[in-house]
Amino acid sequence: MEVLVFLIPISLFLGGLGLVAFFWTVKTDQYDDPDGDSHRILSDEFDDHPKE
Amino acid sequence: MSDSTYSEAPSASACPACDVTPMARRLAASGALDDLPERGALMLSLPGVHCALCITTVERALEAHPGVNSARVNLTLRRATVEAAPDVTAEALIETVNGVGYEAHELDPSALSATVTDRQGRELLMRLAVAGFAAMNVMLLSVAVWSGAADATRDLFHWISAAIAIPAIAFSGQPFFRNAWAALKHGRLNMDVPITLAILLALGTSLYETAHSGEHAYFDAAISLTFFLLAGRYLDHRTRAIARSAAEELAALEVARADLLTEAGEETVDVSTLAPGDRIRVRAGGRMPVDGVIAEGTSELDRSLLTGETLPVFAEPGRVVSAGEVNLTGPLVVEVTAAGKDSSLHRMADLVAMAETTRNRYTSLADKAAGLYAPGVHILSLVAGLGWYVYTGDARLAINIAAAVLIITCPCALGLAVPAVTTAASGRLFKKGMLIKSGTALERLAEIDTVVFDKTGTLTLGAPELEAAETHAPADLSLAAGLAQASSHPLSKALREAAEQAGIAPALVESLVEVPGYGTEGLWQGRRVRLGRASWVGAEAGVQTSAWLAVDGGEPIAFRFADRMRPGAEEAVAGLRDAGLSVALISGDAAPAVHAFAARLGIEDVMAEALPEEKAARVAALSAEGRHVLMIGDGLNDTAALAAAHASISPATALDAARVASDIVLLGEDIGAVPAAVTTARSAVTRIKENFTIATVYNFIAVPIAIAGWATPLAAALAMSASSITVSLNSLRLK
Repeated sequence: MEVLVFLIPISLFLGGLGLVAFFWTVKTDQYDDPDGDSHRILSDEFDDHPKE
Repeated sequence: MSDSTYSEAPSASACPACDVTPMARRLAASGALDDLPERGALMLSLPGVHCALCITTVERALEAHPGVNSARVNLTLRRATVEAAPDVTAEALIETVNGVGYEAHELDPSALSATVTDRQGRELLMRLAVAGFAAMNVMLLSVAVWSGAADATRDLFHWISAAIAIPAIAFSGQPFFRNAWAALKHGRLNMDVPITLAILLALGTSLYETAHSGEHAYFDAAISLTFFLLAGRYLDHRTRAIARSAAEELAALEVARADLLTEAGEETVDVSTLAPGDRIRVRAGGRMPVDGVIAEGTSELDRSLLTGETLPVFAEPGRVVSAGEVNLTGPLVVEVTAAGKDSSLHRMADLVAMAETTRNRYTSLADKAAGLYAPGVHILSLVAGLGWYVYTGDARLAINIAAAVLIITCPCALGLAVPAVTTAASGRLFKKGMLIKSGTALERLAEIDTVVFDKTGTLTLGAPELEAAETHAPADLSLAAGLAQASSHPLSKALREAAEQAGIAPALVESLVEVPGYGTEGLWQGRRVRLGRASWVGAEAGVQTSAWLAVDGGEPIAFRFADRMRPGAEEAVAGLRDAGLSVALISGDAAPAVHAFAARLGIEDVMAEALPEEKAARVAALSAEGRHVLMIGDGLNDTAALAAAHASISPATALDAARVASDIVLLGEDIGAVPAAVTTARSAVTRIKENFTIATVYNFIAVPIAIAGWATPLAAALAMSASSITVSLNSLRLK
């Protein structure tokens, strides 16, 4: 049972990472245009160098 | 942009520091644009965009426009936000977008308050995510306890569960706590009171049990209850936010500007800044923004949005005009007599507000159920707790049982099932081009038994069509079409279209001039020809909308026009009748036109030349007979009737006041989907009632178990999840 000392914190940490990632996606407006995003992935116009 | 953000998501959380710079850059490049139009940002509505190519084409075209900093298309909202130098006008951008083959309209960013709703939605989503995360983790630990963890291990798991659940609920449960507190402060009970009590009692007893190495802790039940209920709240919020943003977009399409005449010349100003005494210019085709008196110019006015009359009215200096009338032919200078809050449009809106309060008294099914549920659950749990205390004298056991009763009677059916059904129904109707604005609209629509239509602009398009085109001599039609070329009057357009359809080329007419308010004249084969009003060409005016053609010295020839029927009008009337509803037509238009139109659609219950008050009175009389009326109309003259009816629908082309007064807005031109809306509404109400039945049956089984004291945390979790999932699945069976 000693392994629980590692497993529980690890599982909480991994879940927490997911939660933080989700918070980040919400905060950076990534759900504002779901339709557009699903289409934009097909566009071959890349913006590696955004307009200054 | 998004293709790169998604792939980078994991790295962002694994090493937040490394991502700060690109994130900031990305925010600067795009994020801020999507959020709120900054000062100087222009918004365009793009109804035609639908694919990846559309996005790139429009964005590329806009970004190539001189002065444009950046442009971003939002495909979900069908909008483009453009950040540009102050001298770039919306008209120029619209032209650019039209140039690459897409329709575009200017939106008034001040009419779009999407950010506020957005913030609420975001807040709910965060709370939902936290509750979901905590529920999953606590549930994992609980499974271990249920499968036999004992003694120290069980206590440890309970403590970890508490450490996760308590902060998670403190954050996620806030909307419930706030609402419950607000209700209690006013001495009322609402749904959030039993929810809050159940959550807090469950947390309290579980903490006590954990501290005393007790066997049962309800941390999992408390957090999953929060999660399910938040899911319901979020669905509800989404539905409303979508409807609100679409309704706001309709309002934002009417950019309220007027051309003010000043000593320095002409100036485009905001309508709200106009004051009585100002002089404004109203171009041909423009809508009167204010009430006023014509100071200069002659023209014809289309008053159909205000009165339902299809016959244009002659306008000359001295004539009083009301906001909402459309100027048809020549430019007019109007002296403002009343603007903004005092104008007739706003007075009508006050009338609507009064009628609305009667409708707001409608109690939704969810409210009715909550009214029974909230006190019932409190009494039940109190009785169970007191009973056990009297019977055993053990306060700890009694409180445990009271908490179990509160948790097991989880109001998930109320909190989740109703939003799930309305979300599914609204989504379905939105796809058919209908926008549900009011929360109780579906329930009211399901109850209707009588449908009252307005004619002009509702069953018709408000655009004229030449009647019996084949009876006219080709030479006459050709000459009329030739004369009509000089004018953009709706009747002239209809004549040109009729000639084109018949394959007749317009005759060559020389020195064509349009005399605003009267008609057009010119020289044809050396003879003076005129097309226009009866009095102008020397003919007797009739009751029907007509244009007269006169060749110098000859007998005037009449071209009669009928209002063009809206696509789907026949299907709508037939479909509603098949659904067992009685159909009536009330119009402000002249009797012969109304009766002829009603005969085409087979409507027998007809009322013509109705004044706005008479329309509302007729709807009120039908309601007094115990009927539930659905009013479908578009004009200012329908507004009071729309507000007085049990449920109401208006087309998107309707006046703002009419759209505000109605529950459902038809977004497309086709009206044929109305019977489908009634079917969907009826089906939705059936589903809601079924969900209540399912929830009640669950409670009939689970509550005695809880009261008997046999409820374990496992049983509570099973009952709650099973009832939530069943009602959600049942909602999806919507027709």
